[in-house]
Order: sequence, then C-alpha cells, then structure tokens
Amino acid sequence: MAKIESSFLDLGYLDSLAYRDSPIHRLDPRIKLITTLLFIVCVVSFGKHELSALLPFAIYPVMLLALAKLPPGYILRKLLLAAPFALCIGVFNPLFDRATLLHIGSLEISGGWISFASLMLRFVLTVSAALILVACTGFDSLCLALARLGVPSAFVVQLLLLYRYLFVLTDEAMRLARARSQRSFGRRGRELPVIASMLAQLLLRTLDRAQRIYLAMQCRGFDGELRLLRPLRIGTTDVVFLIGCTTALLGLRFADQAPALGDAIGGRLSW
Amino acid sequence: MHMADALISPLVGGVMWGVSAAVTAYSARKIKAGTDEGVVPLMGVLGAFIFAAQMINFSIPGTGSSGHLGGGMILSILLGPHAAFLTMASVLTVQALFFADGGLLALGCNIFNLAFLPCFVAYPLIYRTIVGAHASEKRVRVASIIAAIVGLQLGALAVVLETFFSGVSELPLTTFLLLMLPIHLAIGIVEGLLTAAVVTFVGKARPGALATTAAGPAVAPLGSGRLLARWLLLAAITGGLLSWFASTRLDGLEWAIFHSSGKEALSAPATAAHSLAAALQERTAVLPDYSFRPAVEGSEAGEVAATSGEEEKQWPDVNLATSFSGLLGAALSMLLAGLLGFILLRLRQRP
Amino acid sequence: MVTRPLVAVSDLRHAYADGSAALRGVSFAVGAGERLAIVGANGAGKSTTLLHLAGCLLPQAGSVRIGDLILRSDNLPQLRRSVGLLFQNPDDQLFMPRVFDDVAFGPVNLGLPADEVNARVMHALAVVAATHLAQRQPHRLSGGEKRAVAIASVLALSPTILLMDEPTASLDPASRRQLIELLQTLEQTLIIATHDLDMVLDLCPRTLVLGEGTIIADGASAVILQDAALLAAARLEKPLRLQACPVCSRRLPANGRSP
Repeated sequence: MAKIESSFLDLGYLDSLAYRDSPIHRLDPRIKLITTLLFIVCVVSFGKHELSALLPFAIYPVMLLALAKLPPGYILRKLLLAAPFALCIGVFNPLFDRATLLHIGSLEISGGWISFASLMLRFVLTVSAALILVACTGFDSLCLALARLGVPSAFVVQLLLLYRYLFVLTDEAMRLARARSQRSFGRRGRELPVIASMLAQLLLRTLDRAQRIYLAMQCRGFDGELRLLRPLRIGTTDVVFLIGCTTALLGLRFADQAPALGDAIGGRLSW
Repeated sequence: MHMADALISPLVGGVMWGVSAAVTAYSARKIKAGTDEGVVPLMGVLGAFIFAAQMINFSIPGTGSSGHLGGGMILSILLGPHAAFLTMASVLTVQALFFADGGLLALGCNIFNLAFLPCFVAYPLIYRTIVGAHASEKRVRVASIIAAIVGLQLGALAVVLETFFSGVSELPLTTFLLLMLPIHLAIGIVEGLLTAAVVTFVGKARPGALATTAAGPAVAPLGSGRLLARWLLLAAITGGLLSWFASTRLDGLEWAIFHSSGKEALSAPATAAHSLAAALQERTAVLPDYSFRPAVEGSEAGEVAATSGEEEKQWPDVNLATSFSGLLGAALSMLLAGLLGFILLRLRQRP
Repeated sequence: MVTRPLVAVSDLRHAYADGSAALRGVSFAVGAGERLAIVGANGAGKSTTLLHLAGCLLPQAGSVRIGDLILRSDNLPQLRRSVGLLFQNPDDQLFMPRVFDDVAFGPVNLGLPADEVNARVMHALAVVAATHLAQRQPHRLSGGEKRAVAIASVLALSPTILLMDEPTASLDPASRRQLIELLQTLEQTLIIATHDLDMVLDLCPRTLVLGEGTIIADGASAVILQDAALLAAARLEKPLRLQACPVCSRRLPANGRSP
C-alpha cells in the first residue's frame, strides 16, 4: 500500500506550503480564489486550436510560484500525476483531425496535433493554478473564503470536517491495509470479498467515530455550525493585486494576440 | 472519470457550475432544516471515509482499469440523498484542490456526474424502487448493484456529453461512448458488488446505521416523483440553454453532431471532425460584423470544400476567428450560468 | 461531608439499545475540588458513568445532580457549561481545522464577544503550555500535544468539573508525566476514568472501583490500591509502584489528602 502512504504524505506537504510566508500568502483568500477562477475561465475560453495566445498565460502561475516561493518541482510532479485522463482524451485529437493547419517549412502539422498541444497546455495552466491556490492559501482559509462569498454553511462545514478527518481516516485505512498485507503472505489478496470486508470494517469504525465526535461537539455547545473566528480584511494590496491580475488576464484574453506575441514568435516561423 | 478543466469550454463548465451550485444550495437548506445535528459530523467523517476507501483500490481483471468505491451510492444509502450529495460534493472539491483530480471549472461537471446523478437519480429512482418498503438483504444487494451500475453509466454518459459539447476533444460522440460506457460498465459492476457487500455487512453489524440515517421513507416513496420532475426540469433547462445557444448563433452544431455520430464520421474522421471544428468556431463568433469576418468565411469555405487536404488554413487565421468572439462567448456563458444559478436559487427559496 | 457535595449520583442505571446493562445502580457523591479516580475492567461502566456526568446520556433510572441542576433534557445547555469532558481519543475531540479554532469552539458557541473568546483561548492554551501551537493543525501535533490542546479546549469553557476518559492512554512516558504534573496544578474538581493506577496514586486521593455496572469499592486510593484481592476481583492489578518493589515502595507518595 505504498500508494496510499505516498499520496497521503503528498497531501500533507501541499498543505504545509500554506504555512510559509510571502506577499501572496498574505493576500485575502477571497481575492486569490476569484483571480484563480478568472484565470481558468480565460484559459479555457480560447478556441481549441489556440496555442500562441495561451502561452503568455503561463506568466500567471510562474509569477505566483516565484512570489510565493513555492517549489516548482513539487507542483510539476503533481501535474504529472494528474495528467493521464486529459492525456487519454487528448491523444485522440491527432487521430481524428488530420487537416493540415500549419506549415513549418516543408513540415505539415495537422489541426489535431495543434489542438492536442493546446489541450495539454490548458491542462498544465489550469491545474497548476489550482494547486498554487491551495499551496499559498491553505484549505481552511479557502473554506473561510467560500463561506464569506456566500457558499452555504452546511457545505463549508462539511468541507472543514472532511478535511480534518481525511488525515485520521487515511491513517486508519493504512493500518488496515498493512494488517491485511501482513497476513496475505505475498499473495495479492486483492479479491473483492477481502476489500469489501476491509471497507466495511473501516465504515463501522467511522460510524462509531462520528458518534463520538458528535458527543464531543455537543459537550461544547454545538448547534450545527462551525464558526471560524478569523477576521478577513481586504486591504490595499488585495485591491491592487485583484485589479492588476484582472487587467492583465483580460488584456491577454482580449488583446489580439497576433501582433504582440504572434509577431515575436510566430514571425520567425514561415507559413 | 473526473472531468478536467482542459477538456471543457466555459459555457459547459459554467452551466454545470450553475446546476451544481443550485443543487448544493438546495441540499444545504434541506440539511439545515433537518432537526438532527448529528448528521453534520457524520457527513464530515463519511466524506473522509470515502476518500480513504477510494485509496484502497484494486485492478479489475481483464480491463486494465481499477475499481474502487465510487461513494455516491453508498453515501445515499447511509445518509439519504441530500446529505449524500453534499458529502460527495465536498469529496470532489477536495480532490480537485489537492489531487488535481478534475479542476475548479470542471468541478461543476464532476459534482453533477459523480454526486447528483447517483444521489438524486440512481438512488431514488432505482435503489429505493427496488428495495421498496421492506428491505430484505437480497433486495438491498440487487438494488445496490443495479443502482451503482446505472449511476456510473449515467456519469460516463455525462462525461461524454460534456466533453462533446465543449468541443475541445476531437473524439466523435459514438467512438467516445463506445470507449467510456463498457469500461464504466465493468467499473460499475465492481462498485455495485462492493457497495452491496459493505451495505449488507454494516446492516448486519449495526442495524440502526442504515434504517435511522437513511431518512428513506421521507425521501423515497413520497419524493421520487418530485425528484424526477426536478431532474427533468433541470435537464430541460440545461438542454434548452445549450441548444438555444447553439441554434441562435449557428447552423452548424446540430449538423456537426449528425455528421460525427453518423457513419460518415467514422469513415472519414478528418472531414467530420474538421467541420465540427468549423461549426464550433462559428458558434463562438458572436460578433458577425467584426472585421475578422473574412477568417470565419475562410473556415466556411473549408467546410464546403469537404476534402480538407487542399484547405490551406493558417494558424493566425484560427486565432483571428476565435479571439474576440470566443471571449464574448465566454463572458456571455458565465453570465448565463450565473443567471441560471440565481434563478434556480430563487425558485428553491420560494417554498 | 458537611457541605452539600458538588456532584451527586444516586442509583444510576443504564442499559444499551441491545438490552445489555451498563450501569446497575451506581451511587456516589463528589465534593468541590476533589480528585476522584474511577477504575475497573473494560466494560465495567466507567465511560458510561462519565457520559452521564457530562450530560451526553440521560439517566434511564436514578438521578444525577451537578451543582444545583438535576440532569434532565431541558437543562442540558446550562449543565454542560459547568462540566467539561475530555474524550479518550483526542482526534475525536479536536475537530476544527486549527488549534485556535478548536479551543475557541466552545466560547464562540456561548456567544461571547471576539475579545473575550481570544482571551479565553490564550489563557487556556497558556495553562496547558501550548500557546505556541495555536496556529497548528491538529493532525500535525504529537500525542501529548493533542492531549494538552484537548484539555485546553475544555478549559476554555471554564468548567468547575473536569471529566477525563483515559487521559494517559497512548502517551509516551515523558508526555504522561507532563500531563500528570499539569493535572496536579488544576483547581477544578477532577473525575478520571482510567486503567493507569500509577497515575491514580499520584493524582487522586480517592478511588471508586466499578465492576459490571456496580460499585465494588469506594475509598482512599492508598488503601484500595493496596488491596490485591479487591483489585483482582475487579480484574485490575496493583500499581507497579506497590508491587513489592523495595526501592519504589519506599518512595510512596504521602496520600494524606482524603476526601
């Protein structure tokens, strides 16, 4: 069950990044959430054969990575882990779309390859933006931002509790998995009944735990809400960041990409 | 089968966000209105359980894919649909944020596919119907298996449709369906077997766990008809919006669907796919009088000249055709999505 | 006892949903500031007793009085303000994202203003020497730290009675020693359910022995924990320090304080 352990540790690491200190970390979580969403929408709103106009968007994650002093290698590794699904679907593009869209010298590049490259670029941009958001904000602050932005409290409470007990239960699942592999003597032991009984064990313990947690909550006056007593304040820096990012993103999205970047890069290619 | 941001368009992402947000708000209100605060920690810990349980996965013989507890069905059986939906939505949110499984924009799609469909469609319409008033072990087993399969098939279908309508992937509809549905049939069977085994085990060990928490009677016999109606309404609104958007602007989308799903699409993939691309480009051309018009005409010309080999469409042209109009389409779609969510929310709040 | 005891339990009975009896008529009283240990085998009824005192369970028969309040469903909120329960597993008790939020959970629910909540949290954390942990996440704490924070989360409500279920369970020896020293400084009335009889010797002048839902013995710890026959009957064992070790037994604590 090395897989469980590694993904579990990964999770903790991503979260621990939120404890670093940087100008980006200090921004209001709401601002960061809105900017990230805007970024993602801008990126995916391009036509599927778009490539040149997408590239400048890489500035945003790169800038945040640098300003927030996050380890790029780690984000890259997470990207690779998440890539398979997009890759699986994207890889069909070159097969189905063979119309030549681009000539580089005598080389003909089909629309499929371009849209595939575009798709993977979108993937890298959107996923890295989301990962950076968590890494420089922290999950609980994001939840707080969601609550302040009007997300129903039942859902936010649910997110907070899920997140808290994620670590406890993955731990428990790991212990169960170890106990099983201890006694399976090298045989795979991955048959359905074994898995089912493991899951059922875990579920029973979980139900008991939920009962105890509820008691603990009741003892301290629980009324269905988890209130976080943390002030959120949008300061000048936040406003500047928001306006700056919005202008830059919309500029990149609106402005005709061809002159600025197309001339710079595309001009060297001969069509 | 998590959708990724890279595979969807802002329109599809926005609409699904709107739908999921409305259902979330609705479920949250239902939970709040409930008298039992104990369900709050129960949901939280069960969400973590689903997470942990999904980490214990195993390969399905013969398919090369791996199966695990999907979650939506077992949560519905334990918690009832509203709480199960919220729990599943939170699991998907955490997966999107921490594991890059899916994405922020695709979250709406994922919540719809993996939380709404099993909790509000497969559970009330299939599980509750089969189990009926007298839950025998055999019925629970059969119901869990069938409901899990149906839920997952619906989810896979939704993935295909969302991808298709986004137009980022070139996969023809039929091919994509032929890829997705059989694999998810296998995964669904395994998930169903697992769900059934776990549910019957827990039912025996802790008889109270299922009966008390299911809130079954309140939701199922009474609510399934209404739920179906709600779902149909949502589907109608979503479909109506999509087709409205498609038909007012362009001619091409339905035509493209016809072609890519017809035999022609398979025999001449390049042609069909390309015309689909052109149609989608046109779809985003919200500003018909814009000075980039020649580029759009260029792509129309390409469409007419079905032998795409001769077509010499150049990269910058594609840019020009899509830049402004695509952006406006994006803004418009987000506006629509927001509006839809707002209207739905208002509708929910009235009663 | 001259004054009215702070806690009075009389003929308390409880049966679980499956019909098995957990308590078959338990009666005892605890005075203000007293430290009482409840010991007994697994399933003897220790935790069930604590849950009643904390107002998590309501008596099926008999009564529980805390201060001036008789435990009933309608006065649970007031009653829970004067009683704090420390759960056996701190993970069940620390459910908020950060230590600060967790300690603040009770005071916030009381509706106190933010300043007051802050002050209470910082004070409670200071008492358990955990101020530096305020912004940490519970899952990143060691066992001892989790225990300390859990105690702070209870103390923040300033209860007059502290109930503890196996406070030393799964602590390493150093953390266990720290915990005992911490508990010795607390002024609240302590009622501790435990298997750790050595801690009882250090901390609780009085011991209550439960067996199968009834009280087998109630008296001075120094006497009861020496009674090998009684302990054996309750499926317990003499504290290590009293097990005829010539070195240890010379360093016996002076159990002068009797109830």
